[in-house]
Amino acid sequence: MRPGLEDRVASPGRDPAVKVDQKAAAEHGLKPDEWKRLCDRLGREPSWTELGIVSVMWSEHCSYKSSRVHLKNLPTEGPRVIQGPGENAGVVDIGDGQAVVFKMESHNHPSFIEPYQGAATGVGGICRDVFTMGARPIALADCLRFGRPDHPKTAYLVGGVVAGIGGYGNSFGVPNVAGDVQFDPSYDGNILVNAFCLGLARKGRIFKGTASGVGNPVLYVGAKTGRDGIHGATMASAEFDEHSESKRPAVQVGDPFMEKLLLEACLELMESDALVGIQDMGAAGLTSSSVEMAARAGAGIEIELSKVPQRETGMTPYEICLSESQERMLLVVHRGREAEALAIFDKWDLDAAVIGRVTDSGRVVMKMNGDVCADLPADLLAEGLKYDRPRKRPRYLAETESFEVRSIADPAESEVPSLVESLLASPSVASKEWVWRQYDHNVRHGTVLRPGAAGAGVVRVLIDGSDRAKGVAITAGCLQRMVYLAPYEGSRLCVAEAYANLVAVGATPLAVTDCLNFGSPEKPEIMWQFAESVRGLGDACRELETPIVSGNVSLYNETDGQAIKPTPMIAMVGLLADAARTAAAGFRRAGDLVALVSPSGASLGGSLGGSEYLARIHGLCAGVPAPLDVARARPVFDAVRAMVEAGIVSSAQDVSDGGLAVCLAECAVSGPAGPVGLDVRLPRSAGDRVDQLLFGEAPARFVVSYPQERADDAERAARSRGALFTAIGRVGGDRLRITLEGDGAVLSRGKPVELELERLVRAWRDGLRVALG
Amino acid sequence: MTLFGVVRFPGSNCDDDALRVVDEVLRPRGARGRILWHKEDALGDVDVVVVPGGFTYGDYLRVGAIAAHSPIMGAVAEFARGGGPVIGICNGFQILCEAGLLEGVLTRNVSLHFECRDVHLVVEGRPTPFTHAIPAGRHVRMSIAHAEGRYVHPDVERLEKEGRVVFRYCEPDGAVTAAANPNGSQNNIAGVCNADGNVVGLMPHPERACEDILGGGGEEGRMLFECALAWKTGSPARVGTQP
Repeated sequence: MRPGLEDRVASPGRDPAVKVDQKAAAEHGLKPDEWKRLCDRLGREPSWTELGIVSVMWSEHCSYKSSRVHLKNLPTEGPRVIQGPGENAGVVDIGDGQAVVFKMESHNHPSFIEPYQGAATGVGGICRDVFTMGARPIALADCLRFGRPDHPKTAYLVGGVVAGIGGYGNSFGVPNVAGDVQFDPSYDGNILVNAFCLGLARKGRIFKGTASGVGNPVLYVGAKTGRDGIHGATMASAEFDEHSESKRPAVQVGDPFMEKLLLEACLELMESDALVGIQDMGAAGLTSSSVEMAARAGAGIEIELSKVPQRETGMTPYEICLSESQERMLLVVHRGREAEALAIFDKWDLDAAVIGRVTDSGRVVMKMNGDVCADLPADLLAEGLKYDRPRKRPRYLAETESFEVRSIADPAESEVPSLVESLLASPSVASKEWVWRQYDHNVRHGTVLRPGAAGAGVVRVLIDGSDRAKGVAITAGCLQRMVYLAPYEGSRLCVAEAYANLVAVGATPLAVTDCLNFGSPEKPEIMWQFAESVRGLGDACRELETPIVSGNVSLYNETDGQAIKPTPMIAMVGLLADAARTAAAGFRRAGDLVALVSPSGASLGGSLGGSEYLARIHGLCAGVPAPLDVARARPVFDAVRAMVEAGIVSSAQDVSDGGLAVCLAECAVSGPAGPVGLDVRLPRSAGDRVDQLLFGEAPARFVVSYPQERADDAERAARSRGALFTAIGRVGGDRLRITLEGDGAVLSRGKPVELELERLVRAWRDGLRVALG
Repeated sequence: MTLFGVVRFPGSNCDDDALRVVDEVLRPRGARGRILWHKEDALGDVDVVVVPGGFTYGDYLRVGAIAAHSPIMGAVAEFARGGGPVIGICNGFQILCEAGLLEGVLTRNVSLHFECRDVHLVVEGRPTPFTHAIPAGRHVRMSIAHAEGRYVHPDVERLEKEGRVVFRYCEPDGAVTAAANPNGSQNNIAGVCNADGNVVGLMPHPERACEDILGGGGEEGRMLFECALAWKTGSPARVGTQP
């Protein structure tokens, strides 16, 4: 990692005879005060291996030292929450004795350096987090952020990341049903790869990463340990510079086949009662898994490193402790039940070994052939550090907030067709079929709504001994421009967007997992973004009653001092009582009526602040986003969910990137029976700008379509809950006709804007491919 | 009752899907299913063998190559020699080719990408246990999900002459065109059978198209399993007649 660290020659099986001092600590990324704290606490200087262990456990990636002080304010509890943050993944009750287990995690840095393996191991890691808890993974989702499409590296990174996600998930055999892909120049040097996995478990059979029961054996199972990935966690806790490419050896290599065997073997072992606790070896490998297991149980662990299955000869204790070789698990079983566990692993042709035992010392002790090479208090490592870093409101906000819509010309109605086409072809808006066709999205006989069909994917959940099938809906994404322009309000909008995507498919939102991607916490302006964003997430999740049950923080997303836009990726999970009672986004049939359901008291249009329109058409990221008013949004959300649940509507889609005109166009081009036209009339009051009405963005607005005979039901569902219901037109024909109607005759000449369906289809279908060349 | 044996190899991942179809979805039609573990060397009393999809042994070395040498495959080969119906789906098709139970080989898609999407197939060729009751020329919709599905045969003309191409990629209206070919297979070939017709392999996934609720994929994949049920009972049947 740091120059010179790995070059030191060590004799096989031993650590190098080097002086462990403040200089060595600095090379490991420890600050002078952290070094002092370590020595004070130990009452001595650490050994070489201990320094390695402490440096990873105290890295930002493992310790959350800059973020914890803020994360503690997030809402994490609710009537359905079985397990909140702190375990491998969150667990939420979905009734019928079943629970869903889910989490999202970043693999940004490795994916930038080696896109295929970086993304692949990201998927592998998150799947392990989920099945470690006793859940069979049933759905994946991925949120990806890349730089400008025409940046020289973007096409290569997109290709590699997508192939890596597919390569791992397809082989492992879990459908990829949701997520999003967007492009923004701020990710030119620092892409984001956030992987989400959801598993299904029996409510009473959730397993945790605890090492309890003094004398119980500690087992190692899975891939042999090699020298790959050493210092991966440290790499994820540093900024990038021009030397980052040389960090490729710190990227791990994934083996989905091995993970599939691990999954089946672990689930089989969990059927017995031999297992006490289980933890996957992710970041910081054997070290963090033993520390976490010991600390959670308030126990200690002693490990004999020579018993760890090794792929290479002559590995030092330091290397064995810090290796991030993939597809490995650490388990504690009841004493005397080792043989049972080993027999199951043998059945699945997996390497397994008893490598240690649980103690009551409260210490993690690593030995090599009996010689102690590390002896550290588990709590010192697990608690790590906690900083309340300085924060300062970023200077750029004064400029972005001063943006005035008046400074740009309102487009003439004749310009609307080309604007809609351009927005539909924006790589962030255009169809992502090229991406999700490379993912197996319908393995495991569960996918009800495929990727691209709606803002959320829906998978069926069968109930033992019942013909009823529930549905679990998943959505994941982030509105990074909104967060950049208003970290607090923008983060609330991300939660609202996720919530909207779920109700549009008829799901009741249950809970959230997040992946908070930001720049360097050592910069006060970034830390302010982070704190404000977390505050916004917390408030919105509290108000919408969707607790955050798991998550991940990824800081230092910077290259050469340039931070990414703050990107709190939000994945939200919802429940459908009946998996068949759902709706997709595309218009289903000609003749259906179309309405806009939106908050009462608000105009039909939205704000241009942070909009796709400003970004794509004017090259601007400026203004102030329309805020979320939960009291007004909630009735809209409830109404839309009720309409879908009751089967009143044929389609439902929330208005998002690109505003109302783009939403209407998307619904037209993505019809399940093929593209279909539309004729709508939009009321326009005096003073309304065309761009705000057609392309403005605001939370809690939906386009629904329904058969004529359900018109009264649809309207009643909205009005009875206090939502605004505006019937705007009818599905049919070969074009999208939009007529802007004024209150008085002055504004409107009644001449419709006409967009050819075929052109819209081409823009939307080919946008991504054209942009990437 | 017709017992389907679904082979489970290390890395199989469509085994549960196939088992659900034969043991639950088609249970009212008299189907039952059980898993056959790859280390077993006997099939017991199964009537039909399903070699499901997945990434057996990670597809390392060559797709299907390692699984083809499993103990269970000896028993499957013997079962096939005795005329027993065997169907290989996706990776199962690749395994049957590697095991010599079917001719030809599946190579990398021309796109070089994994392709997961719906395709249309026209059913043709000689009758097999999995197609005999489907009207010739009927076209059906189901998903593909593979990176190595490009069918290649050194003497494809002979295969065609013997009526051993049983599924061919086509347009929704049944036209066999180059544009309908998702992977560059010779002659748009999606599935073939052996000389006796009792062993069938195809790249698309009929087991993913047996329940209407799933992704709007329809139920046309059921026909293959319903044919196998009718084959076993010897009852006259017609499945999938055009609505």
